[in-house]
Amino acid sequence: MSEKVIDRQTVGKEAAPKGAAPARRRLRDKFGRSALPYLLLLPALLAELLIHLVPMVTGIVMAFKQLTQFFIRDWGSAPWSGFDNFKVALEFNAPVGKALLHSFWVTCGFTVLSVGLSWLIGVTASIFTQDAFRGRGLLRAAFMLPYALPVFAAVITWSFMFQRDTGLINHVLHDQLHLTSDKPFWLIGDNSFWALLTVSVWKSWPFAFLTLTAGLQNIPRELYEAAALDGAGVWQQIRRITLPSLRPVNLVLVLVLFLWTFNDFNTPFVLFGKSAPQAADLISIHIYQSSFITWNFGQGSAMSVLLLLFLLLVTAVYLFATNRRRGEAE
Amino acid sequence: MINPPASFRWLRRVVLLVLAVFTLTPVAVMLSSSLKPLRDVQGPWRWIPSELTFRPYVDIWKTVPLAKYFTNSLIVAGSATALSVLIALLAGYAVSRYRFRGKKIFTITVLSTQMFPGILFLLPLFLIFVNIGNSTGIALYGSRGGLILTYLTFSLPFSIWMLAGYLDSIPRDLDEAAAVDGCGPIRTLVQIIVPAALPGIIAVAVYAFMTAWGEVLFASVMTNDQTRTLAVGLQGYATQTDVYWNQVMAASLVVSLPVVAGFLLLQRYLVAGLTAGAVK
Repeated sequence: MSEKVIDRQTVGKEAAPKGAAPARRRLRDKFGRSALPYLLLLPALLAELLIHLVPMVTGIVMAFKQLTQFFIRDWGSAPWSGFDNFKVALEFNAPVGKALLHSFWVTCGFTVLSVGLSWLIGVTASIFTQDAFRGRGLLRAAFMLPYALPVFAAVITWSFMFQRDTGLINHVLHDQLHLTSDKPFWLIGDNSFWALLTVSVWKSWPFAFLTLTAGLQNIPRELYEAAALDGAGVWQQIRRITLPSLRPVNLVLVLVLFLWTFNDFNTPFVLFGKSAPQAADLISIHIYQSSFITWNFGQGSAMSVLLLLFLLLVTAVYLFATNRRRGEAE
Repeated sequence: MINPPASFRWLRRVVLLVLAVFTLTPVAVMLSSSLKPLRDVQGPWRWIPSELTFRPYVDIWKTVPLAKYFTNSLIVAGSATALSVLIALLAGYAVSRYRFRGKKIFTITVLSTQMFPGILFLLPLFLIFVNIGNSTGIALYGSRGGLILTYLTFSLPFSIWMLAGYLDSIPRDLDEAAAVDGCGPIRTLVQIIVPAALPGIIAVAVYAFMTAWGEVLFASVMTNDQTRTLAVGLQGYATQTDVYWNQVMAASLVVSLPVVAGFLLLQRYLVAGLTAGAVK
């Protein structure tokens, strides 16, 4: 009893200074509290502003200027050119517009195939590694290697494999399997599209695998057990339980893969060097080349802005469509 | 899966085997070619070196200034990672623990920068760096500083998102207990939150380092002979007439080692971090 009283007294004594804190300090606390989140965000905001937002606005402004090599040092003095850069880019009968349109279609086909295959392989591998077996951890680590390897080191290895006379691919296809009458070129000509696609899928599917494996872990095992009790076979379990449960993960994954693949620069740049073949002329590398070969930055910026508008449109439509369908389902 | 039939188990074995071969072939090519004499990589492909040699691993440092590129990459990626983690931690803490005006706009804006094509920033950023250099004398173009700044920003959006998600999973009771003990917000962050969020922080650090280590586009434009990173420097093994493929493969293996080792050691944190983000 007496102990409790003493306790309360000491507690009271300790707490006393806090309770009697001057109003000034409370005011400062309040201001500090409300300003604090902004202070914490400040470094992130500054970095984003300098590297992302200001260049983006600058890029949009540049697209309306006649910004050629004469104005690189002082780009503000470049004359305005209205929509001229856009007109040139969208004039599909003239060489510049025609090349851009061709590159756009190549990129579309490439992206659809790469994302589709990466997702398909990713979902297959994640389902097949769901049940524990000996060596599963090792296999998973191996599957993630392409994601872990630096892009330039991995892609340069692929370019060695695709060499016509010294590469592994032609050795297997021509020398060992006799599938081709002559050794094909892989890094120039029409085949380059398939070479690029192979490397891109090799590089992208581990990310799909990683994400989907994480998604699979959230499906309770009881669901499968209940389905098995009801007589559902393995394929039905996959079709009725696994795939529908992965829907939310898929929505984000496909969008992310689409944006990464459509904007991919590293893979073609390392695989083909500075001049990508026509058949594999992805849009990022096309804009890079037309900007740095001609030093016409205004033209390049206009193309970048068009690319951004296209991506925004696709993303908006995608989010709208998937949201509405989710709304209907509920 | 419950009660998979034999056919399913066989299909599983075959598919996983094929995928393992597809995934690991380039790694095998790297390893085997890096131990070959030059004549082996100039003729038709062979799996087994005609004689085992470690010469490529010695020569790579002489053919191109690989050590310099390595140092540059280490400095750039290391600094970008440290800064990115620090900045993302502060921002993630604010997003996770405070309600404030503009929070939603901030997160959406930051995340949406992820979708923009790098090529869109490249040209203006190039011009901005050149112009900042001309008017203030601060050399960002061609310097490591400019590249560090660029790379830290590249990993920032995803890092903030991942860390905010991870911090959300740490109970607020911890913060409140610290506040009762008289800790201010910053001390709470340093002494309570950072230790509890360490797995998330490690995941973000691995991601940021990998992003900076592997980037090619900006490295190819924003660096000069002195500041060149591995991503660009590795192309130096190709001369006008010949490519020293055995050296290229040895160098590829050497430069992959730090990231792959780090990734394999820390992958479960990265997977956990990704999961925390994906589940939200």
